Amino acid sequence: MSELEFITREFLLESCENLDQLDRDLVMLEQDPQNQEYLAGIFRTIHTIKGSCGFLGFGKLESVTHAGESLLSKLRDGELQLQAETTTGLLSLVDAVREMLANIEVAGSEGSQDYAGLIETLMRLQAGKSDCDARAGNSSSSGGALATEDCGAGHNGGGSLSDEDARANRVTIGEAAPGGVSDSTIRVDAGLLDKLMNRVGELVLARNQILQSSSMASDAELLSTAQRLNLITTELQEGVMKTRMQPIGNIWGKFPRLVRDLALQCGKQVQIELEGKETELDKTIVEAIKDPLTHLVRNAVDHGIETPAMRLARGKPAEGRLVLRAFHEGGQVNIEITDDGAGLDVERISQKAIENGLLTHDQILRMNDREVAQLIFAPGFSTAAAVSNVSGRGVGMDVVKTNVEKIGGTVDVQSVPGNGTTIKIKIPLTLAIIPALIVTCDGDRFAIPQVSLLELVRLEEEQARSGIERLHGAPVYRLRGHLLPIVDLRRELELPPRAAAGPADLNNNVVVNIVVLRADDRQFGLVVDAINDTEEIVVKPLGKQLKGITVFAGATIMGDGKVALILDVLGMAQRAHVVAEDRERSLVDQATRPTEQHRDLRTLVILAVGDRRLAIDIALVSRLEEIARADIEGADDRDVVQYRGQIMPLLHVGKLLGIPHADAQVDRPLQVIVHSQRDRSVGLVVDRIIDIVQTTVEVTRPANNDNLLASAVIQQRVTDLVDVPSLIRRADPMFYEASVEEAVVA
Amino acid sequence: MKMSDQYCTFFLDGLFFGVEVRMVQEVIRYQELTRVPLASRAISGLMNLRGQIVTAINLRQRLGLPERTGSKLPMNVVVRTDDGAASLLVDEIGDVQTVDADAFERIPDTLHGEVRTLIKGAYKLPDRLLLTLDITKAATPETEK
Repeated sequence: MSELEFITREFLLESCENLDQLDRDLVMLEQDPQNQEYLAGIFRTIHTIKGSCGFLGFGKLESVTHAGESLLSKLRDGELQLQAETTTGLLSLVDAVREMLANIEVAGSEGSQDYAGLIETLMRLQAGKSDCDARAGNSSSSGGALATEDCGAGHNGGGSLSDEDARANRVTIGEAAPGGVSDSTIRVDAGLLDKLMNRVGELVLARNQILQSSSMASDAELLSTAQRLNLITTELQEGVMKTRMQPIGNIWGKFPRLVRDLALQCGKQVQIELEGKETELDKTIVEAIKDPLTHLVRNAVDHGIETPAMRLARGKPAEGRLVLRAFHEGGQVNIEITDDGAGLDVERISQKAIENGLLTHDQILRMNDREVAQLIFAPGFSTAAAVSNVSGRGVGMDVVKTNVEKIGGTVDVQSVPGNGTTIKIKIPLTLAIIPALIVTCDGDRFAIPQVSLLELVRLEEEQARSGIERLHGAPVYRLRGHLLPIVDLRRELELPPRAAAGPADLNNNVVVNIVVLRADDRQFGLVVDAINDTEEIVVKPLGKQLKGITVFAGATIMGDGKVALILDVLGMAQRAHVVAEDRERSLVDQATRPTEQHRDLRTLVILAVGDRRLAIDIALVSRLEEIARADIEGADDRDVVQYRGQIMPLLHVGKLLGIPHADAQVDRPLQVIVHSQRDRSVGLVVDRIIDIVQTTVEVTRPANNDNLLASAVIQQRVTDLVDVPSLIRRADPMFYEASVEEAVVA
Repeated sequence: MKMSDQYCTFFLDGLFFGVEVRMVQEVIRYQELTRVPLASRAISGLMNLRGQIVTAINLRQRLGLPERTGSKLPMNVVVRTDDGAASLLVDEIGDVQTVDADAFERIPDTLHGEVRTLIKGAYKLPDRLLLTLDITKAATPETEK
């Protein structure tokens, strides 16, 4: 690469980055026309591009940017006020520059496109609205001079222009120094990072082996060196992982512009808000969700938000709000796209589903609104003409769903007619490393991705012998009243059947381990020999020779250096015919099932205090623990225990609710429900944890106690739903507030 | 075909085979394998090659030779294919041989079955025949299920 080519490349790289920033700044500027900071930034970017292209001999690019710069300088000096037209002009300038840069990248020249029209527009904007003709003569670029200006004229501009340059330079220096962004970051080739990641993986394995053999040696020096190696390797691994993380803001950056343009096109007013821009994701995931997100944002503006007139008629502000929110939760990244538009039109969706032959009228009647809303993700709904001009959404939504699921994520839609729609996406932090449950079958280990895991069931003794029943030959297990299809991993993998006296046989043995999994909205139980542990595993693809085996999603290397296969839960379910191989069919099946399955299903922890049955929503429960009475300490006149390196107060639910109950047996450990808020935890002491159920809650009567939400019949028994936050506030009014303060202080 | 070529050689059931040296990534001792249920019988399992997962191919099975007997462990000839590395399990490793293109002959028509597609031909060495393998084909058995 010649010196000049190298400089051109650098110029292209830098300019492209600057252009993205420009898009954002211009849209921001439109909302806050007086903001000198944005203006100065925009001016500086255009000025830099102009300067570099003059140097590199791109005359056309220079003349276009020059026209833009003149307009901007007037804006900056307060001679012109920013109007929508001005912004549009400047945005088309950005587009023109981008186009030319693309041409330079491909062909080495700016291309044959003529930008005279654009230059004229920019000039008109600049000259036509100038209210200060007297100063125009002194200003760096008068309208007359510009009209005939070509790239050469730019340099002949005289002293006034170099003034301009000097001023811009001052601004650049002044701005860059405090942040020092340009000094503290460098660009690195992504391929290099991938290679580094692989090398670190190898290092980790070598480290594991050294650790193993050094643990047997008696050389103290070797031992301590091995320990140090261990530490450094772990830190290195974390560091390299971090280099691959990118803030989601990188893809959101384009949205303000996209929304602005779309809104103008549809004659709507939309305000976009971005929350959690700094939320980080692995590079590969950021790339994978870019298109689905763009599609969802488009949909929200195009179909979700109504026209200003319609909004006003409905008593909403003329300007619609589109909120993008990203945050980490439970090892996953949550992305929410919320609009305050019309919401989904359930009626039209139902009609469309019937017209498209997706569902019958009867089936629709049995579905609730939430289920109908999910239909927008059905494959049959993707034809543009079908829905776009009716109620919106559903255009390519199945593609969105497929793409998100491909990277192990989920999509959900919630909509309130008249009030808007929220699309919730949950995706893993990284594809490279996932939490997985390790199980054993016939002496080999297999990893099951934790996202598919619902629960573990262990049947012993009598239960193991009779727990699994046969329904016309197909084994099933009654899991809290529902029939759970049972799949034997040994059978599906064609491994030798368990020996009759072995630890776990389907029919007549002592222990049966069932891993309850979810595949495509169906549940099934996978019988394995033993359940080992959960582990973070590094996912590696399988070679071409094994791609055809759908029950494996990949392989991973375990701590001892051996290879374990990763099960593909969906593939396994299909092989065992738990789910239909054809997606569409499974959707219909699902829709025909009784609606109870999905209507406001809540997962509740059922517990007993005295003679009362209580329920707590599982979302409020972070763990269930048994705590020995001996571990209870008194602090500040309250029961506390040391829990995970913190002091956790214990609250006795019975006492707080005034439920009379006999003093619990002293010899049994305390049953504690741990509730966590940010980094604080509190333990709710109950007598007994009975069960975890998934159920619809039908309120039988409102609560007669402030700390109870309602009473309902669950499992044929009257059960009170506990209002956990209010209960905790009663004991510790500062619990929720304090955690906020602490966070601020920290 | 070039005038002369270098071949990494190995033995299988008494037969003398060779793969082009430039296709060979490395030759290593036997590694513990993780079997892959449901896979073709020609796939012996997966091994961990410094953090990379490599599929090991049972070359005897692939070539229709009888299964290995005795306690001697096979060796891995790790080859580069379009689809990443794969390992061919062989009985014993021979020298790197420089062969003369003139000594090459296509396989006789009397050889048939899948073997025919795997063996490209033979070099007539003074003392024996060196059979050359099509690595890509040898490394990708059809998935049986």
